[in-house]
Amino acid sequence: MLAYLLRRVAWLVGALLLAGSAVFVLLRVLPGDPAVTLLPVGAPPEQIESIRHQLGTDRPLLTQYGEWFGGLFAGHLGDSLFTGIPVLDQITARLPVTLPLALTAFVLSIVVAVPVGVFAAVRRRGLAGVAVSGLAQIGIALPIFWIGIVVVWLVAVQWRLLPPGGFPRAGWAEPAAAIDSLILPVVTLTIAQAALLIRYVRSATLDVLNQDYLRTARALGYSLPRALWRHGLRNGAATVVSVLGVLLAGSLIGTVVIESVFALPGLGSLLLTSVKARDLPVVQGTVFLMTATVLLVGLAVDVIQRVIDPRLRGSA
Amino acid sequence: MTSVPVLETPRPTAGRRLRRGRWSPSLVAGAVLLGAVLALAVVSLVWTPFGLDEAQPDARLSGPSAAHWAGTDRLGRDQFTQLMLGARTALQVGLASVAVAFAIGVPLGLLAAAAGRLVDDAVIGLIDIVIAFPTLLLAMLLVTVYGASTAVAVWAIGIGISAEVARLTRISASRIFTQDYVLAARTCGTRPVMILVRHVLPNIWHTLLVQATLAFGIAVIAEASLSYLGLGTPPPAPSWGRMLQEAQSTVSVAPWNVLLPGLAVAVTVIGLNLLGDGLREALDPQLRRDRRVVAR
Repeated sequence: MLAYLLRRVAWLVGALLLAGSAVFVLLRVLPGDPAVTLLPVGAPPEQIESIRHQLGTDRPLLTQYGEWFGGLFAGHLGDSLFTGIPVLDQITARLPVTLPLALTAFVLSIVVAVPVGVFAAVRRRGLAGVAVSGLAQIGIALPIFWIGIVVVWLVAVQWRLLPPGGFPRAGWAEPAAAIDSLILPVVTLTIAQAALLIRYVRSATLDVLNQDYLRTARALGYSLPRALWRHGLRNGAATVVSVLGVLLAGSLIGTVVIESVFALPGLGSLLLTSVKARDLPVVQGTVFLMTATVLLVGLAVDVIQRVIDPRLRGSA
Repeated sequence: MTSVPVLETPRPTAGRRLRRGRWSPSLVAGAVLLGAVLALAVVSLVWTPFGLDEAQPDARLSGPSAAHWAGTDRLGRDQFTQLMLGARTALQVGLASVAVAFAIGVPLGLLAAAAGRLVDDAVIGLIDIVIAFPTLLLAMLLVTVYGASTAVAVWAIGIGISAEVARLTRISASRIFTQDYVLAARTCGTRPVMILVRHVLPNIWHTLLVQATLAFGIAVIAEASLSYLGLGTPPPAPSWGRMLQEAQSTVSVAPWNVLLPGLAVAVTVIGLNLLGDGLREALDPQLRRDRRVVAR
């Protein structure tokens, strides 16, 4: 296990280096001059040149690459082109919105989806089971921002219960207002993520229900819930955990869209405005950080899966 | 060496299975829903109720009527026309993205499963990294450099999905590679390519087909999301995602404008998912066997 862990961490470091390089390559090396796209058409060459100098894109690629990685290790991701504020400061300023949003929705969707998914599998022939999986199907098929718009229309416009969007200027210094403005985004993200998870939990449970060992357990006199608990949980969990990683990553990335729907000043909206303004250093830093988070989650998932499923431990 | 008698069991081909009338309800429903969207897209090639930019200022934000079946937007443009043209965009981008995803993902997955440990590890690493680059982030990176366009959306979505395709191909294929019959074939000296063709592909292609329909659905949602964020198909080309983005600002006066584009996405994706489920039921021998056991 330790050897595996060490190898996996080494992998992570390699993957992070690769991901950092990929971000760099996509933004700096691929054809397409950010200085040109940044300026209006027909800008004088000397202006383009000065922007290139400001971006640092007039220096050799290798120097830029070295600076990008040197900065990463030093915890410095560069400064915004427009505001001059360090990218890292901008990111940390946005986390109090994005982290509660993503994590609450992630936890809530598990709390909702696991029991509902198991229920849908056990009662798969009953009306309730069919209705649940039908609803989950529909939930998966709806774009998350559509769910958000409908939720806003219903709760904020029709019932006037909660604000339709925005975040208090004072942030968490006004806890009640902050929570109020995060309720609808969390609900929207939870609906979308839970619908996805219900489907996976249901099919994992169905797999388990079809196994011989479960039939044997039932024949030995175990009740269905007990047989599922004793024999099904571990087997089903291995499949579900791998989805949880995708789900957590999805929650994080989903905030980009959610924050746009609800006009929240989070990491996602920082990224979106920077993309539209072509604020290269901010895009580069934010994307790298999000990618690193997803990779880290992936590592955690792999390790947890091995703990749950001993059959995996023998394999590479 | 005497020849060993081989027990030949007649194996119905997938096509025969479908033809024999195993059209499950989900297959039919999926085909109908997707067919409806496809019909909208095809008809839009020759006819739409109005021109795309035909704005009628006196009929702004009007509800559904005989003239405007789905109402009009804030500029007085016919929503049904936009829906029809949006169907075309959605299907085109979806199909192109899936094509990109499979052209990259399937060979990569097969390579990882068939080759040695070193190649396998390298491919897994690559897949991990691409998966860690969610489609949306990839699209944002590409848009930062190239600006928003349909081609950028297709490449971003296709590459994003390709990792999942490669992973599924690799898992399914390596599951087959560990089977005794593959070991037997290898012992008999069958070349790896023949093992791929005779044992692996016949056992995984239905999984891949199902994955293709699901990936198509994911691509349709991704296209809508990118357009909603203003990173996808740029105007004037119509897109369900941008229709929704425009409708959001007028939701308090014209909520119906939000309803239809969202439903259009949902119908397309549900249709594709049902089609995938139906195909899986019809084609997967494993599932069919299970059902017989249950029936007994």
